[in-house]
Amino acid sequence: MQANEAAAAVPIQEVRAHRDARDDRLFGWLLKGCALLVLASLLGAAGATLWGGRDAFMHFGFGFLTSSEWNPSDDVYGALVPVFGTLITSFIALFIAVPVSFGIALYLSEVAPPWLRTPVSSAIELLAGIPSIIYGMWGLFVFAPFFADHVKPWLTSYLGNQPDDGKVSWVAEHIPFIGRMFGNDNPFGGSVLTAGIVLAIMIIPFISSVMREVFQTVPTRLKESAYALGSSTWEVVWDIVLPYTRSAVIGGIFLGLGRALGETMAVTFIIGNKMKLSPSLLDPGASIASTIANQFGEAAGLQKSALMALAFLLFVVTFIVLMIARLMLRRLAHKEGR
Amino acid sequence: MKSSSLYLRRRIKNVVALGLSSVATLIGLIFLAWILWETLRQGIGAINWNLFSKISVYRENGGLANAMVGSLILDLLGIAIATPIGVLAGTWLAEYANRTKLGETIRFLNDILLSAPSIVLGLFVYTIVVLPTTALTHGDTTFSGLAGGIALALIALPVIVRTTDEMLRLVPSTLREAALSLGIPQWKLTLQILIRASRSGIITGVLLALARISGETAPLLFTAFGNNFLTFNPMDKMPSLPQAIYEYTKDPDPAINAIAWAGAFVVTMFVLALSLISRLILSRNKVSHD
Amino acid sequence: MTESAAAGIHPQPAAALAPTKLRVRDLNFYYNGFHALKGINMDIPEKKVTAIIGPSGCGKSTLLRIFNRIYAIYPKLEAKGEIMLDEENILDTRYSMNKLRSKVGMVFQKPVPFPMTIFENVAYGIRHHERLSRADMEIRVEQALRSAALWDEVKDKLKQNALGLSGGQQQRLCIARGIALKPEVLLLDEPTSALDPIATGRIEQLVEELKSEYTIVIVTHNMQQAARCSDLTAFMYLGELIEFDRTEQIFTKPGKKQTEDYITGRFG
Repeated sequence: MQANEAAAAVPIQEVRAHRDARDDRLFGWLLKGCALLVLASLLGAAGATLWGGRDAFMHFGFGFLTSSEWNPSDDVYGALVPVFGTLITSFIALFIAVPVSFGIALYLSEVAPPWLRTPVSSAIELLAGIPSIIYGMWGLFVFAPFFADHVKPWLTSYLGNQPDDGKVSWVAEHIPFIGRMFGNDNPFGGSVLTAGIVLAIMIIPFISSVMREVFQTVPTRLKESAYALGSSTWEVVWDIVLPYTRSAVIGGIFLGLGRALGETMAVTFIIGNKMKLSPSLLDPGASIASTIANQFGEAAGLQKSALMALAFLLFVVTFIVLMIARLMLRRLAHKEGR
Repeated sequence: MKSSSLYLRRRIKNVVALGLSSVATLIGLIFLAWILWETLRQGIGAINWNLFSKISVYRENGGLANAMVGSLILDLLGIAIATPIGVLAGTWLAEYANRTKLGETIRFLNDILLSAPSIVLGLFVYTIVVLPTTALTHGDTTFSGLAGGIALALIALPVIVRTTDEMLRLVPSTLREAALSLGIPQWKLTLQILIRASRSGIITGVLLALARISGETAPLLFTAFGNNFLTFNPMDKMPSLPQAIYEYTKDPDPAINAIAWAGAFVVTMFVLALSLISRLILSRNKVSHD
Repeated sequence: MTESAAAGIHPQPAAALAPTKLRVRDLNFYYNGFHALKGINMDIPEKKVTAIIGPSGCGKSTLLRIFNRIYAIYPKLEAKGEIMLDEENILDTRYSMNKLRSKVGMVFQKPVPFPMTIFENVAYGIRHHERLSRADMEIRVEQALRSAALWDEVKDKLKQNALGLSGGQQQRLCIARGIALKPEVLLLDEPTSALDPIATGRIEQLVEELKSEYTIVIVTHNMQQAARCSDLTAFMYLGELIEFDRTEQIFTKPGKKQTEDYITGRFG
């Protein structure tokens, strides 16, 4: 009897321990499964678009990337125009956003009086919260007309090769490409350049907040010792802060680039959606995302497949860009010993 | 002589650089003000009762009631799908896989998913949800609110994963030790203590995710598709505010454009209010943590 | 073999005092390959207060954290040797964690109340181990809070969040939470280092009261505290147990030079 009781008394704890261990194991699997969904959605997005685009890839082969002809009536599709449009708008965006973001980060970390820093940085971050469709509307209804009325005439007459008064400026004549980049007869404001400018505004908060954050990781003693040698604020930033944070700053820029490459709604409204290659930034064009947004709804057959193929290209390129961004950012985190 | 001119040059350079930085900040602020101002001006002007009471099938005499309801359903669907998965995945990263190879990889990939192009995620959901259901119905393309909700969930997921992960890693390890030393199993510790301890941070993450998806258009284009009528059925084509704005902005009729501005105003206010609230929670949370 | 064993330190200075509750034999601990504890032998007597003192990094907290195997939640930590609790080796992987942790309770340096009400903080652990009726649970929680000398201060606000209590109250709540499971051994890891002198005094008094029912092991860097509230004191240095004896012996006539240097404040 006694032996029985003892035998029964011990297992209760054993049973409970067993049950806890089993529950812990199941719970761990559940959690891991959820985490693997992150992996699955990335692989899935790449796989689904590759699978959807297989007809286009097989039909056009490598020529898909090099052909600039996109013609639904002949069922011929080449990716060059949207790929070029995506790259050029993103490049314009970076060209504007990087110096401005650097300026903002510099202002917020070194120049602004402390009481102004939080409100100003919150305001800049507010820009990141505005939905892209709003940027698109504003770009289409407000910025593009403004640009067409006030900026474009100036650009075409001082930088373009087809100015209205026929007098080609010195700059357009003597610096290669400039004339053609700003020469056109498109009366609308919507163009590759305006799309790039709107993209720039959209990515400024991302780049500047990364820059500002990493600037703050520079050890104070490093900055102080430079100041003690008589360096000016600008010299400290340029000679000490920037080299120290270089990899993370590049990471932040790539992060902005990743955003710009994949941005859909804002670009779709402003870029003009013309499937034609033009050297002029003032001409309308198309990006990958805008082409998909515009055409996928009505597309069928090979056209649908070509759009999927475009999506695959976009996904792979942004993936690589974002990967570089994260790796660069991580390098600074390691430096900090996190 | 020489050294003083050098000094002067350095000082000028400094003043110019710092001046330019102020100009850059001003540029950013001007664009922010410009965009908000236009949304406010054109939006408020177009707001009327019809906007909230009538549906979009009546065009310029109608409103966006169906789109608002649709947005609400889609956003809630997206959050309802993404929150449990995201919280559990974030918990796994922080509690189970911290510093393991697989954990680091998934944390890294989650950061990439965070800024992956949303239109591609929309096409992904189109492929895995819309196409198969279309095959089931013998060719009727089955865009649906459910597909839209899943697409939005994919966008919300990485936001929630990341905040959960970060918030849980802020929880002091002594709390874990205290619970484990009472013999509490890990799953109970995780669900009933750790997640509760970082509750407000996780809620912030969910609110941020909500703010993010409530302005999204691209992933809905080929999943929820849009609808001019009011619907509550998640298997129907489902309208949404951002998508209605998209359609109405493309319209040549200025009266329709005005409704788009009103919608834009509503969306912007909603999103900015959400991010403001989550910011407040976060700052309050930080204070109570120290 | 080890210095302490070689020097012939008797692991049982308390043999005359009480029966042994925890018998530690040849305990070695490795942290990432680093040899953190070296050949520890000690017998911790039942229903006495045993203090472990030593300079920081000497391994005193590490030793304490082996007694309930809380170290095992972290990777790359390894304990070798034997710790007998009621004639069973708790380092044996077959030894049930549930059983161990219901027998050995622990209180940490900083008070860590769970993010729940005061009542729930105490009830939470009990609920995992026992199924009690509402009324029984209330009795049990009250008992625990009374034993931790906290009842009078919180009886009117049991439904309030525990995070609203003062630091000292939170620490006593953690003690209540630990003793609510009716453990046999209570481990205190520098329980007063985050508290003010008044709260510290309160905890020390509580330790005095609790030893009639529990075997208490307290790690402290405060020598006066060890002198005030322990029956036995172990002095550790660089991962070794240098001396283990009655507290008055340690503080009046230490057997080792190192111990004497430490308690007279010449190092550490």
